[in-house]
Amino acid sequence: MGLVQVRQDQLAARLAGMTLPKGLEAARAQALARLHAMGLPGKRDEYWRYTDPASLNDNAATSAVAFDASDETPIFGAIDQLKLVFVDGEFDADASDDLKLAGVEISRLVETATPATWIAELFGTLEARGQKPVARPLAAMNTAFACDGVLIRVTGKATKPVSLIYVHKSENSDAMLHHCIKLETGTSLTVLESGPAAARLNKVMEVEVGVGARFHHIRAQGRDHGRRAVTHIFARLASKALFKSFTLTANGMLTRNEAVIELAGDDAVAHVAGAAMGDGAFHHDDTVFITHDALRCESRQVFKKVLKNAAVGVFQGKILVKPGAQKTDGYQISQALLLDGDSQFLAKPELEIYADDVKCSHGSTSGAIDDTALFYLRSRGVPKAAAQSLLVLAFLTQAIEEIDDEAIAEDIRSRLEGWLARHDR
Amino acid sequence: MLTIKNLHVRLEAEDKQILRGVDLTVGAGEVHAIMGPNGSGKSTLSYVLAGREGYIVTEGSATLGEQDLLVMEPEARAAAGLFLAFQYPVEIPGVGNMTFLRTALNAQRKARGEPEVSAGDFLKLVRAKAKTLQIDAEMLKRPVNVGFSGGEKKRNEILQMAVLEPRMCILDETDSGLDVDAMKLVAEGVNALRDAGRAFLVITHYQRLLDHIKPDVVHIMAAGRIIKSGGPDLALEVENNGYADLVSEAQ
Repeated sequence: MGLVQVRQDQLAARLAGMTLPKGLEAARAQALARLHAMGLPGKRDEYWRYTDPASLNDNAATSAVAFDASDETPIFGAIDQLKLVFVDGEFDADASDDLKLAGVEISRLVETATPATWIAELFGTLEARGQKPVARPLAAMNTAFACDGVLIRVTGKATKPVSLIYVHKSENSDAMLHHCIKLETGTSLTVLESGPAAARLNKVMEVEVGVGARFHHIRAQGRDHGRRAVTHIFARLASKALFKSFTLTANGMLTRNEAVIELAGDDAVAHVAGAAMGDGAFHHDDTVFITHDALRCESRQVFKKVLKNAAVGVFQGKILVKPGAQKTDGYQISQALLLDGDSQFLAKPELEIYADDVKCSHGSTSGAIDDTALFYLRSRGVPKAAAQSLLVLAFLTQAIEEIDDEAIAEDIRSRLEGWLARHDR
Repeated sequence: MLTIKNLHVRLEAEDKQILRGVDLTVGAGEVHAIMGPNGSGKSTLSYVLAGREGYIVTEGSATLGEQDLLVMEPEARAAAGLFLAFQYPVEIPGVGNMTFLRTALNAQRKARGEPEVSAGDFLKLVRAKAKTLQIDAEMLKRPVNVGFSGGEKKRNEILQMAVLEPRMCILDETDSGLDVDAMKLVAEGVNALRDAGRAFLVITHYQRLLDHIKPDVVHIMAAGRIIKSGGPDLALEVENNGYADLVSEAQ
């Protein structure tokens, strides 16, 4: 009883002064009820054992200086895109393009006094489904309280990516963003996300991928050192749908990226990948839960982390194959390259399978740079630092290969090279 | 070209002396072979010359031209013109063979103050060299040595040598794991590179490679020293009689 009371008090303190925004009242009230039932995450929770949620739970954001990344060109800058800019979690119409793109309807979460049917049906729905069997209270909090975000309905093949650019300005910004994306049958869309967003960010993205629709998602979480972020992607795939998500994380005091994906229709394909680079005060956590609930679906999880100077990487990845989800093809790999003896990688791969005709594999490794390969490269004339960086990039290649668009992949690769050059030992 | 004097080397990790006074001089345009029983220190010699970690030179010297090899980083030795064809070429997943070769070539050129080779010129260069070694485009695209057969790995070593154009080439048991046809192909690749300005040190267990790469001088190494040197006939003598007689003779 004592613990429950402590949690209730903690939650009450956290929510003091916060009011539910207007619009989508029913969904928000339900989310708040879910949050009250769960309480805030704690160190003793099974899925928070490796990541301390304290700074995400705190009543106010810990201040973080916005990083000046002007020594590099803006990421994805060379890619033709529809630009939507958020500053400290608030939409900046002046800095953004008009919300117009052929085959795509875009509106803002703040404009939902009378939401379209698809929005009312999707908002909070996938998040709520994703609360079982593992509680994700910070996502419920987001559904209840997030004021801003975009609502995207795709009715055709989008001619260019929608690019969400998150600018961090204020040292104490505490942002909550909630996006809903629905791809109708046979449509396609690429969403780019870039930037740190705020000193503290809580972001939820709900993605409904219709029959035969294709969704690509590539994000880069900025270069700020002090920022903290908890993000959730909830996706549900209809038959023959494709979902591919890649995340680049460099720096950042704390990052918890959760992906909760439901393969609900036959022959659907979901890939989630990430490359994380941390030097020093860096804690990066990828928590993935993929549910196979249909025939012949394929899922892949490819997560690579490069860690040095006491940086910490966490991977919690689960594949759940439900009864009847025959011919499932599930694959999961999580690997860390530890550039020194101080860094840590904590991995918890899980498979839970209730069908008898499935193929599921998982692997997890952590290790240092291969000295033999390093010598081989140097013996051919490649200087030590360049050889090391070549080997680090080689280590990350499997994750980067999950990006289908070659120009975007090349951009990501150049960011990684930049990071390696700046963090050369 | 390569001058090794009284070279003594021991392992860093354990107190074990491997080389006990190696003396060897290889002149420009010459091909020298080193033969010897297992554990005689042949591969150690090649690694020490190339700059691999894990060895401590306790005495002696090794110079390439005027340069003291032993104080140089491995990459500097490569840029100075030293090349080691590995007995076991290393697989590097994630690094494309072409990227690897181009990075290496341009790094060496940069170190020597020469301009980088453009992507177009490089492609032409590699394609021409690859053709003579029967290395197809598919192999060039794959990650370095990943999924290569034993023969392909060795041919890839020779391709690197042909592209990088070193002046001192060390071949460490390049014939190991090769069938006769593959060995011929590799030998042809080596022979095509023979010229007055380039020298070779060919380390091998068996005489058969030397049928294809004709040495000027043959050295027999045992227990960390060169115990006998002679002409190509010495290799035949070993082939017929083994090392035992030579080793006991030297003792």
